[in-house]
Amino acid sequence: MKRKKFGAKLYLALVLVLMYLPVLVVIVYSFNSNASRQPIPFTGFSLRNYAALFQDTRGLVASLKTSLILALMSVSASVVIGTLGAVGMVRRKLRLGGLMETVTVLPVMIPEIILAVAFMALFSAAGLRFGMGTLVLAHVTFCTPYIYLLVKGRLAGMDLNIEAAARDLGAGPAKAFLTVTLPLILPGVFSGAMLAFAMSLDDFVISFFVTGSNVTPLPLRIYSSVKAGVSLQVNALCTLMLLFVFVVAGVALLRPGKKNKEVFK
Amino acid sequence: MADALLRVEGLKKSFDGTQVLRDLSFEVGHGEFVTLLGPSGCGKTTTLRIVAGLLAPDAGRVVLSGSDITDAPPEKRPLNTVFQNYALFPHMNVEKNISYGLRMRGMKKAEWRPKVEEMLRLVQLEGCEKRMPSQLSGGQCQRVAIARTLILQPELLLLDEPLGALDLKLRRQMQVELKDIQKRLGIAFVYITHDQEEALNMSDRIAVMRNGRFEQMGTPEQIYDHPATRFAAEFIGQTNLLECKVEAIDEDGMVLSYAGERIPARCAEFDAKVGDRVCLSLRTERLGFGPEKCGDCCLEGTLIDRRYAGGSMRATIRLRDGHEILAMCTSAERARGEVGQRVYLNWNPAEAPVVRAEEAEA
Repeated sequence: MKRKKFGAKLYLALVLVLMYLPVLVVIVYSFNSNASRQPIPFTGFSLRNYAALFQDTRGLVASLKTSLILALMSVSASVVIGTLGAVGMVRRKLRLGGLMETVTVLPVMIPEIILAVAFMALFSAAGLRFGMGTLVLAHVTFCTPYIYLLVKGRLAGMDLNIEAAARDLGAGPAKAFLTVTLPLILPGVFSGAMLAFAMSLDDFVISFFVTGSNVTPLPLRIYSSVKAGVSLQVNALCTLMLLFVFVVAGVALLRPGKKNKEVFK
Repeated sequence: MADALLRVEGLKKSFDGTQVLRDLSFEVGHGEFVTLLGPSGCGKTTTLRIVAGLLAPDAGRVVLSGSDITDAPPEKRPLNTVFQNYALFPHMNVEKNISYGLRMRGMKKAEWRPKVEEMLRLVQLEGCEKRMPSQLSGGQCQRVAIARTLILQPELLLLDEPLGALDLKLRRQMQVELKDIQKRLGIAFVYITHDQEEALNMSDRIAVMRNGRFEQMGTPEQIYDHPATRFAAEFIGQTNLLECKVEAIDEDGMVLSYAGERIPARCAEFDAKVGDRVCLSLRTERLGFGPEKCGDCCLEGTLIDRRYAGGSMRATIRLRDGHEILAMCTSAERARGEVGQRVYLNWNPAEAPVVRAEEAEA
């Protein structure tokens, strides 16, 4: 019994180490003082990579800004499209509803490279100028399914009579949606938006095919930066982003999540 | 009723080609308690949702206080609904739930606050203002759902199986409370239930519904003592139906024959003719039996089972043709005989209505 427990613990430790060791290496090397083109081994603790990052000698911060703007615009549009789509789908029993839903969520299942080539072909056939516009269009397409699916899951467990009750008590359709339905599906909208945001932020393949020469999202910048010689600035940037993610996740975990759980039977 | 509060005319509704309502018409007077009673799937809820404006009928009109509201959206109708499973707003506390309707009318907190308190007193929920629906029991949720509608002072309240989710004891208690509130405030209720006891206890009038039609509409006494159809007789109360043939008719009653026995019966409430097949409805609690014949109404059979059922005796008698009759006798004098013995069933012909044998064509 005891040995079994020990084995289980060992296994868990091994999995965690394998998962987080690479991340740890990235963090540790962000403090490396080695300034050569091949910055291995670790020669000493220094913050020079962070200093260089903030001077933005390689344009990493500018690209992070580009990526954040791209993600923000794409997710905002997707939130509206995905939420309205889910609400409409649940409420109306359309004859082609099943087919439409499959078509809507298909981008999640299509290999990225195929989507990327398809977008490129479409945008150039349409004569669009490649840049932020094409990037947003492409990102909205693959972000929307995440929001649609999560909102729909939230709606599926909801008593449809709740909104009917709001109407019955004197709220018009818009008011009933805003005061009753929206607050109840908000957690779904939020988690869908977070997921979509992460997807947009680290998309490489699709962005690579649909961006123009003057717009470089972060993943593309990191890639070209690494080709020009490994820079520990990338490690510094990644460490800061990880810190941000851990703080957000920590806050989400510690927040007492009591409300709204009871809506679902 | 010339000045009916609610008038529903010729409602028709189909879902996916299945007719759910077939030409339904009825009226509800001011302050009247009308129950739609029927098995599940008979169209009760559909009727209610059409009156509430949550469904559009295929044909027919809904008229409230003289104005046609058939095409009005639910928020524009001066009536309110208590939904099955309450449909409280789970993200609002009791106070916010109850004041929702007033807040939608743009009322300020200073104005709605005292009204909410008054409602909480009415439904006996003082001190629960800040609780969330998830922290309430089923009975309390029900009270909030009712308070939420009553605060708007509707003239007509629609209730869709409001007590369906409560246990029997609480259900009985809420029946009394609801009826009391209804009388006190003088609001007309259209009440849906599949529980015939609830319907008999509470209603001014009952509409017995089946397959999207009314089988019968009348006071509880009329429905119970003078069922119009075989379905109405069977659905309400416990009864034994005997298929008989009409032998003779005169002003005072008629004579039926069942398995060779001649049975006197009261007049049918439809135009029965000699030779017709009809059903005699023998209510279980209005039957007695004993080892000797008594009166004209008696059928011979064998007592095959008798059990004590608290307060009454539950007996099964097998007639000579094998048909089994259930009797619930409240006194020992009405239930005399030993299991296996020959007994004679007796009843008062005035208490045994005659209904059509054939089901009305659905």
